[in-house]
Amino acid sequence: MPLGLGCTARPGKSREYKTGSWRVFRPEFIAEKCTKCGMCKIICPEGCIGENEEGLPVPDYDYCKGCGLCAEECPSEAIEMKKEEK
Amino acid sequence: MKEDEAACVLFDAGHRACGGCAAAMAARLILDAAGKDTIVVSSTGCMEVFSTPYPETAWNVPWIHSLFENNSAVASGVVESLKKQGRKEKVIAIGGDGATFDIGVLCLSGAFERGHDFTYICYDNEAYMNTGIQRSGATPYDASTTTSPAGKCSFGNSRPKKDLPAILAAHGAPYVATASIAYPPDLKKKVEKAVSTPGPCYIQIHAPCCTGWGFEGEKTIAIGKLAIETGLFVSYEMEEGKITKVKKVVRKPVEEYLKEQKRFRHLFKPKRNDAEIAKIQAIADRNAEKFGIDIKLKK
Amino acid sequence: MLEIMEGSHAVAQSVGLCRPEVIAAYPITPQTHIVEALAEMVADCTIDAEYITVESEFSALSACLGASAAGSRVYSATTSQGLALMFEVCFNCAGMRLPVVMSIVNRALGAPLSIWNDHQDSISLRDSGWMQLYAEDNQEAIDLHYIAYRAAEDHRVLLPSFVCFDGFILSHTYEPVDMLSQEQVDSYLPPFKPYHRLDAADPISFGLFASPDYYMEFRYAIDQAMNQARNVLPEAGRVFSEMFGRDYSGMVEEYRLDDADCAIVAMGSICGTAKDAIDEMRDAGKKVGLLKIRAFRPFPVKEVQKALAGVSTVAVLDKNISLGSKGAVALEIRDALYGSQIPVLDYIIALGGRDVRKKDIAAVVDGAEAGKGDIYYGLREEVLK
Repeated sequence: MPLGLGCTARPGKSREYKTGSWRVFRPEFIAEKCTKCGMCKIICPEGCIGENEEGLPVPDYDYCKGCGLCAEECPSEAIEMKKEEK
Repeated sequence: MKEDEAACVLFDAGHRACGGCAAAMAARLILDAAGKDTIVVSSTGCMEVFSTPYPETAWNVPWIHSLFENNSAVASGVVESLKKQGRKEKVIAIGGDGATFDIGVLCLSGAFERGHDFTYICYDNEAYMNTGIQRSGATPYDASTTTSPAGKCSFGNSRPKKDLPAILAAHGAPYVATASIAYPPDLKKKVEKAVSTPGPCYIQIHAPCCTGWGFEGEKTIAIGKLAIETGLFVSYEMEEGKITKVKKVVRKPVEEYLKEQKRFRHLFKPKRNDAEIAKIQAIADRNAEKFGIDIKLKK
Repeated sequence: MLEIMEGSHAVAQSVGLCRPEVIAAYPITPQTHIVEALAEMVADCTIDAEYITVESEFSALSACLGASAAGSRVYSATTSQGLALMFEVCFNCAGMRLPVVMSIVNRALGAPLSIWNDHQDSISLRDSGWMQLYAEDNQEAIDLHYIAYRAAEDHRVLLPSFVCFDGFILSHTYEPVDMLSQEQVDSYLPPFKPYHRLDAADPISFGLFASPDYYMEFRYAIDQAMNQARNVLPEAGRVFSEMFGRDYSGMVEEYRLDDADCAIVAMGSICGTAKDAIDEMRDAGKKVGLLKIRAFRPFPVKEVQKALAGVSTVAVLDKNISLGSKGAVALEIRDALYGSQIPVLDYIIALGGRDVRKKDIAAVVDGAEAGKGDIYYGLREEVLK
């Protein structure tokens, strides 16, 4: 890779760093309890929660740091933090 | 993730912010609201460092960082260059409270006085977090920081928070607002309003810092809500210097907010300091009166 | 066609001919006449530029940095304390490879406060990654702006550039100058083509921070660009002389140096005085010549070595002092001549605007030939007692 002239970089590169490796607790999404309100998607500091075809939230564990904010704020308690097993 | 959504991620994953970081959340919400035709001018600070370690960048919009204290001046240059070129991108300068309240205030004042068409957004985590939680002009009364530590003859920071929104409103800014990451839709609405208002606009986003304030990352939003609910941070809008909208609350006592954070622990341990807590309550009471935030419940 | 103009106004007019798109400057003596003249041109629409009346020099250069990154040709001018206030931004412009051109109307730095000329201001930014060009007279001051833009914006270089000329001595002096026409300047200086720019259609991040894994390589790349400038600057000067007749093809200029025993080395307006003094000394049978340093950064080592190869003594006139060491130019000359056995004597001279006359140059040459140097020339011993 040639040096980015003037300390520059093109977008997309941050995804090469997988922050999921930081995780100690893992959010488990419980589909039955989810009301698809979208709160978890809005507040995730990593922006790494998407949704599947049914509109249910799907976290990208490559980037999820396991901060637990989604579980804390989920209005229907549909996310549980479980100790990461590595 | 659906393809159209992926294309919309303007502040990308892979950044090195702490888990539960309000500034990272703010960056994403700001760009969600402002859209892709936005140029971001960042000051040195947490957000800059965690988002752009070379050769990685989390920014999928054009982004520039020069120095700690000059983002408003750099933004002035960007705005005038775009004007000269007939380009329509919006310009947002982002800085932490150290960059905004303290070291960058000369450039900020100059840029607002000159009236460039840009939006300045301060993510206010109430201290210099990137360098290790030192006191800034935005640090609240009695908060213990590494340069205003609580001690045998100190209750922490001895000065109240600087009223920067009022200072910028006094420059004639057409739109000045405060917001909190605890209320994302409100925050986004304010960003949309600021970027679509001609002239220099200012938004101060209260961004609780789990590392610097001493609480668990999952509590970031809960803490942000308590700041609003106790009246210690007021969410409002000012248009042409007049307060036009205020978030009203059924106020809680300030200690509900203070006791959740290590930076105020000295007010409760080894023994409860009623006199200091009362002074902080008085700050909240003054805020409540000044902004009229209290929802009066019928008895 | 020759016109008699004040130096500052001549520079302002030549800058206007370069079609800057964004100008940001803050007033400071003796730079003010330049920025006032440019403000008038903007007010009268004789140039099509955005003029940002910033609240400090620090913001002046910061605004230029932003505008340059957004894709505009930019201009600023400052001096002395103003340049010192820009210190941080100077390093940033170079590191971000933004070809800002800035006039430095050379002035001393306080304390004590002085508004008069020496070279301490620009010399103190020696290591910032800016090219530094020094003008002897007003004609050279205006021509060097065209050359600076052309070399700075060349994609082989992409470095910012100072155009330095002496405060009051040149800036406030009326001299006859040949002002190029807009067509001539347009034919010499193509529109600015940024290497990359802030653009929503093609987003890029500027100014990332570098870990120890990358920082050194970025600094090396700037130094490599300076090396490129060693070729590009003379090339820009050569094209200029082919088109307009005035020769700036050298990063140094020799004056009666061919058979000289003693060489004076100097930068800026003092070279004019030195040339007159040399003519008189030559008439008296003394073999003296001048090596004028036009480009201080990049420093023209090879040209200096070649020009001074045959002399027996070198006397450097330094209008600056690296306190605790020597004058900055002498240090460069000694480094260039390392191993040659040619004595290089340093004369700290004309600090804070003290006048230098022909007889002072002659006295320096006498001293150098007697092996007396490394002194502050013309110190008033009586006020030190």
